[in-house]
Amino acid sequence: MAQAKAAVIRSDLDIVIARTLARDTARSLGFGPIDQARIATAVSELARNIFLYAGSGSVTVREIERGLRRGIEIVCEDQGPGIPDIELSLQDGYSTSRGMGMGLPGARRLMDEFDIQTQAGVGTTITCRKWRS
Amino acid sequence: MNSSGLRIPILKVEEVLIASIQVALHDASAVQFKDDLLQKIHDTKARGVIIDLTAIDVVDSFIGRMIADIAAMAGLMGSRVVLTGLQPAVAITLVELGLELPNVMTALNLEKGLAVMKNQVISPDEEEEQGDGTG
Ligand SMILES: Nc1ncnc2c1ncn2[C@@H]1O[C@H](COP(=O)(O)OP(=O)(O)O)[C@@H](O)[C@H]1O
Ligand SMILES: [Mg+2]
Repeated sequence: MAQAKAAVIRSDLDIVIARTLARDTARSLGFGPIDQARIATAVSELARNIFLYAGSGSVTVREIERGLRRGIEIVCEDQGPGIPDIELSLQDGYSTSRGMGMGLPGARRLMDEFDIQTQAGVGTTITCRKWRS
Repeated sequence: MNSSGLRIPILKVEEVLIASIQVALHDASAVQFKDDLLQKIHDTKARGVIIDLTAIDVVDSFIGRMIADIAAMAGLMGSRVVLTGLQPAVAITLVELGLELPNVMTALNLEKGLAVMKNQVISPDEEEEQGDGTG
């Protein structure tokens, strides 16, 4: 399998770089245009959250296999303040920054699997996957 | 990178402003675009604005919100917004993301967008020609 590729998130320009990396990887793995858009959009949301709430972090994209299935895994990591209430943050419209509050719930809907690990003062790691149909 | 130099040109054709976004927008350039466009609507008193997204392959909640804001603010200044060229994958993703764009009209391409402007914005009094209403 191809090696993982990572994008460092430090500015709003890096958000574009990260989602382009995710889209290119998805395309090379055989995802169709609609799934490519779903994956790129989810990464755009998660990378922006890193930039907004943690200041910096990284987005790592890799190919995965489970049995006969192949897919893409995206890990978004930061050492920021953490998410105090995961359940609340996953509600449509909930935002602590007067944002739209659609980033986390939207990214979850766009991907097949979505996991949040977070700890106050330590950081947040969001791992999401999409399987090729 | 050209983080601050990037500006999206806004053209005026009769009473309509046309902006075609040809590059991936990062957040700062999106904000710049919104400010430029609203200023131009104010300065020109344009009655319609066409934003062409043919070249855009990702509309996330930040850009979605920018479009909704532009539409709302343009509306307050008496101007209507038509989005053109939304790729099918982008439209599907927008809905799944949970974003709706109320007050925003859409058209398949720039040409159809101009037709919508002509019929519904510039000379809406000719509406009886349209038969079944929303068409
Ligand atoms: N990486 C993160 N670190 C800390 N808090 C976060 C992170 N990502 C999201 N959050 C919190 O979750 C909330 C919801 O995020 P999101 O759904 O993307 O909406 P928005 O970014 O528009 O506020 C944010 O307002 C923020 O409080
Ligand atoms: Mg967000």
